[in-house]
Amino acid sequence: MELHELTVHELQQKLAAREISSEEIVKSVFARIHAVDDQVQSFVTLTEEDALQNARNVDKENDWRGLRGIPFGLKDIFCTRGVRTTCCSKILENFVPTYDCTVARKLNEEGILVGKLNMDEFAMGSSTEHSAFFPTKNPWDLERVPGGSSGGSAAAVAANEVPFALGTDTGGSIRQPASFCGTVGLKPTYGRVSRWGVIAFASSLDQVGAFTKDVQDCALVMNKIAGKDPLDSTSVSVDVPDYTSFLDGNVKGMKIAYPREYFEEGIDASTKECVKKALAKYEEMGAIIEEVSLPHSEYALSAYYIVAPAEASANLARFDGVRYGLRDFEAGNVVEMYLNSRAAGFGDEVKRRIMLGTYALSSGYYDAYYLKALKVRRLIANDFEQIFDRFDLIVAPTTPTTAFALGQHTGDPLTEYMNDILTVPINLAGLPGMSIPCGFVEGLPVGMQLIGKAFDEGSIFRAAYAYEQNTDFHKAKPVLGVK
Amino acid sequence: MADGFETVIGLEIHAELKTETKIFCACSTAFGAEPNTQVCPVCSGFPGMLPVLNEKVVELAIRAGVAMHSEIAEFCKFDRKNYFYPDSPKAYQISQYDLPICGKGYLDIEVDGEKKRIGITRAHMEEDAGKLVHQGDIISTPFSLVDLNRSGVPLLEIVSEPDMRSAQEARAYAEKLRAILLFAGVSDCKMQEGSLRFDANVSVRPVGQKELGTRTETKNLNSFSALEKAITFEAKRQVEALEDGERIIQETRTWDDEKGVTRSMRSKEDAHDYRYFPEPDLPPIRIRREFIEELQATMPELPDDAQKRLVEQCGLPEYDAGILTLTPASLTFFDACIKQYEDAKIVSNWMMGELSRLLNQNNIEIGDCKITPEHMIKMIKMVDDGSISGKIAKTVFEEMFSTGKSPEAIVKEKGLVQISDESTLVPLIEEIVKNNPKVVEDFKNGKEKAAGSLVGQVMKATKGQANPGLANKLLREILSKE
Repeated sequence: MELHELTVHELQQKLAAREISSEEIVKSVFARIHAVDDQVQSFVTLTEEDALQNARNVDKENDWRGLRGIPFGLKDIFCTRGVRTTCCSKILENFVPTYDCTVARKLNEEGILVGKLNMDEFAMGSSTEHSAFFPTKNPWDLERVPGGSSGGSAAAVAANEVPFALGTDTGGSIRQPASFCGTVGLKPTYGRVSRWGVIAFASSLDQVGAFTKDVQDCALVMNKIAGKDPLDSTSVSVDVPDYTSFLDGNVKGMKIAYPREYFEEGIDASTKECVKKALAKYEEMGAIIEEVSLPHSEYALSAYYIVAPAEASANLARFDGVRYGLRDFEAGNVVEMYLNSRAAGFGDEVKRRIMLGTYALSSGYYDAYYLKALKVRRLIANDFEQIFDRFDLIVAPTTPTTAFALGQHTGDPLTEYMNDILTVPINLAGLPGMSIPCGFVEGLPVGMQLIGKAFDEGSIFRAAYAYEQNTDFHKAKPVLGVK
Repeated sequence: MADGFETVIGLEIHAELKTETKIFCACSTAFGAEPNTQVCPVCSGFPGMLPVLNEKVVELAIRAGVAMHSEIAEFCKFDRKNYFYPDSPKAYQISQYDLPICGKGYLDIEVDGEKKRIGITRAHMEEDAGKLVHQGDIISTPFSLVDLNRSGVPLLEIVSEPDMRSAQEARAYAEKLRAILLFAGVSDCKMQEGSLRFDANVSVRPVGQKELGTRTETKNLNSFSALEKAITFEAKRQVEALEDGERIIQETRTWDDEKGVTRSMRSKEDAHDYRYFPEPDLPPIRIRREFIEELQATMPELPDDAQKRLVEQCGLPEYDAGILTLTPASLTFFDACIKQYEDAKIVSNWMMGELSRLLNQNNIEIGDCKITPEHMIKMIKMVDDGSISGKIAKTVFEEMFSTGKSPEAIVKEKGLVQISDESTLVPLIEEIVKNNPKVVEDFKNGKEKAAGSLVGQVMKATKGQANPGLANKLLREILSKE
């Protein structure tokens, strides 16, 4: 096996045994990127020189605890000091932050940043086709989308371009691409991981999480990035357990619920079948399986498309051409400068959501839209709380279908929004959710979503690891033509 | 006010809260630094930056609330107020909308001896914006520069009820509020630095009408006199418009201090829709009852209590007590004086007379002036024991004010000791009597004033150093002998 094919924990073992160096891993990773990224197009920026230098420095230190020497990629939404951070928008095309976001700072203490990954502009989209630069391709089928918005992160991990990557998830932007690309993708509890320095889409929903090749790797990355950050007032002071301690493969007596609303019409029959089989597997392993109801599920998407655009309309207002970013220098006055800079800097999907959000917050509409959406949000959270009084975990499909074709939803935003129908409720409730591979339909990966109680990522890890130990789906890799 | 009309005024006052650092980041709030030297990615609105609340701001806001007799919310939150302007780096201001930290309160004012209670609707915390620097005026400038040093400076916006009925009442309210904020230690209230700013909502209505008239909001009022003048102007403008059969337009106006007029800025139709919504980057604030009680218990003496003390314990008239308690520095000065001198009224006369005149004339605050209470009291005692005259005392006082020297040193340096020696004064008076036969005759014919004129000549001849009482007595003795 080539080094770039290995998991984080496999690389850790080889590093600790002094069998390989970090420099060798980084070289192997870049060789892979140069070989396949023309086809996959995961990366928007590579930091090869710095990465090699950092790897050599780590090799000199010869200390292999934690994620030392392990390469990683970051969605281009994470501000990185001295490395261009664009959010895949023209408005930030040349923006180079003077600061590292908290998670980048933490990872840079040990790992090696290899580059920044493609995404839907400002994390708005489910296909990565809304990147201002180029669409990323699904490594399993280059005619298909990798999902989004963190499509670059998912595709890069699936294509073995990088051992792990970080993404953000506001309504499914980690779990949906993880599902489409057949990787593990975790959106932790809201408040579990710092958002400081992560360009905001919808502040009350955004959460940072990881894409990995298996569940164990995900636990290792979470061990590094989770925890209260004094710079993020919405991060929470709840003790961070050693997530690897949940990887015991034992789900005996675990109570798993599956909500009937997540298996209804509109969800692909073969997808449902894969997840049902996985549920049977859990039962076989000693878990208790029961069907439940989350009655307010059908309102989740509507509430989400009020709350998220409303917050986004304010969060994206700072991109005004005054202090940084794209600016129309020809404008005759300040209002013209605002209008021209923003008209030229934002793509259609971003403009659509800014308008949606601005409208929802407008005087006279606030109560009917935003306030109502907040009430629905509360009801959805209550639904989950009631289930979690009796159950340890909820299992559902991650997405209604497998990866769709490039261009399939272009010009039809509503159909694209439907992709998030099984993931947005979890963001609205602030809960942790993980997508893991649970089968293939016509050669495309199917994702199963494990949803836990707030701050109980542990139960998700336990169940996900147990499933992985008893299946081989995570081991399957896409075949890419190598130059 | 024109006959038949009543003015209705409500004020919105922005006070800068006295913190070392900004409300949501660690940048300094110090005034007067080079542009854009007290900024960071947070207060200049860079991507991904998040606010972290400075807890001192909450404490000061509660203190202010306690001093204004306000209900303090045990649960409050921040909201985003959205608007585009180059001095607003996030294009939204973090403010408080429907759940402010301070609810209903009041303060008492006095105008022309009449007491009145003015209601306070609410007070909320928010961040200040930056500052635009234009070349010339805002219309003709080819470009504007942005200084973000002020961006994120903590403010308390205090909104009054429309309880005031004259510009004088509005001024008294503003002065009283300033006094309270100063005494409570929550703001420096330095108007020339913009740390206290007023917006005035003014409407007029026929006397006896219950409904309020259409109001205008006048912004950019940076002094008490501007506040008073702008309200007077605006009320007059509105009455004249109504009398001409026009309608008042609800609008925002700006005060032009040079021309002494208010001018329309924007009408209600162009008013911003601020699209307030709860700030998702900051959790709501829960304030413990005990914390509020602790701040109540440690509240320093406030102007009303101090005024009461000065009236009841020092025997001062209410008016004097009111003036002396306008700032903590003034009260501190007074208190230091009366520790060394019994007659509070004499102290008050000097402070409200000469001292206040010189402070105004030189545009300085009492805390920054060179006269110490010790020196002032020494000088008063020198008047009492006759070593200087009241008139010379004024000269000495001015010298003390400009040099900070002790009164003894000044009297010695300038040879200002009072002449109370009869053997020096008698020949001098005899000389003056001899040289002014006409005046002497007037006096003898019963013209009392003539004596004054002769004493005046004695004072002039001695450059004011003659003891005027003694000179008067000796003059009359000499005249009666003639």
